[in-house]
Amino acid sequence: MSEALKFHFDIDGSDFSSAGVASVMVKKKLRQLSYDPEVIRKVSIAMYEGEINMVIHACGGTADVEVSDEEITIILRDKGPGIPDVELAMQAGFSTAHDNIRNLGFGAGMGFPNMKKYTDYLNVDTVIGEGTTVTMKVKL
Amino acid sequence: MTVNDICKDIDAEVICGDTSKEFCGVYVGDLLSRAMSHVECGNLWVTIMSNVNVAAVATLTEPAAVILAEDVELQEDAFKGANENGITVLRSPLSAYEICVRLHEAAV
Repeated sequence: MSEALKFHFDIDGSDFSSAGVASVMVKKKLRQLSYDPEVIRKVSIAMYEGEINMVIHACGGTADVEVSDEEITIILRDKGPGIPDVELAMQAGFSTAHDNIRNLGFGAGMGFPNMKKYTDYLNVDTVIGEGTTVTMKVKL
Repeated sequence: MTVNDICKDIDAEVICGDTSKEFCGVYVGDLLSRAMSHVECGNLWVTIMSNVNVAAVATLTEPAAVILAEDVELQEDAFKGANENGITVLRSPLSAYEICVRLHEAAV
């Protein structure tokens, strides 16, 4: 078994123009390593949605990606306001994004639904007033 | 069929990128999460969104070209992002609907 690859990113929450940069970097890295395009697509979609959520709702955070022989694990941590009702947040079309965010093309309410759809495992650990940790796994 | 082949059909000008890419299929939409999960590699993505996040979504989904409808102007940081990541961007004065009609007529 080879040693797991690890990537760490600080997600800047103040800058919408850099939102998605970490996802793009991970995608490029996985592409260089010749991973299955379908796996890369799943990781890209799930991580991008998570990254955008952190920028919109939590003033940024961190992203850790670990690639092992069996799976790719993405852990997104933020110190945002937390999610009052995770079940509701998981519903397609539900969004609390403000109009200025919607004008940029976000706020479709497909963030968590996409993260769930394109991963094999999704866990949301959230504490109101303290933050949220989202863990996702995509099997290889 | 290449991106270049349909430029004339939709009155498009090339903003940046390589137009010799082959394409297959079309996706129309402005909501980025929808586009993120529905734009397939090699598609034409027709949208009126022109901010830097479009460049990010296109980098992740790899359409053969992004087609900006209604003559919307690609924002400067989006232009930079598209160029850096080899994204082909076209701009057409037509509406998204009219672009799709013309693409259909061109037998896409």
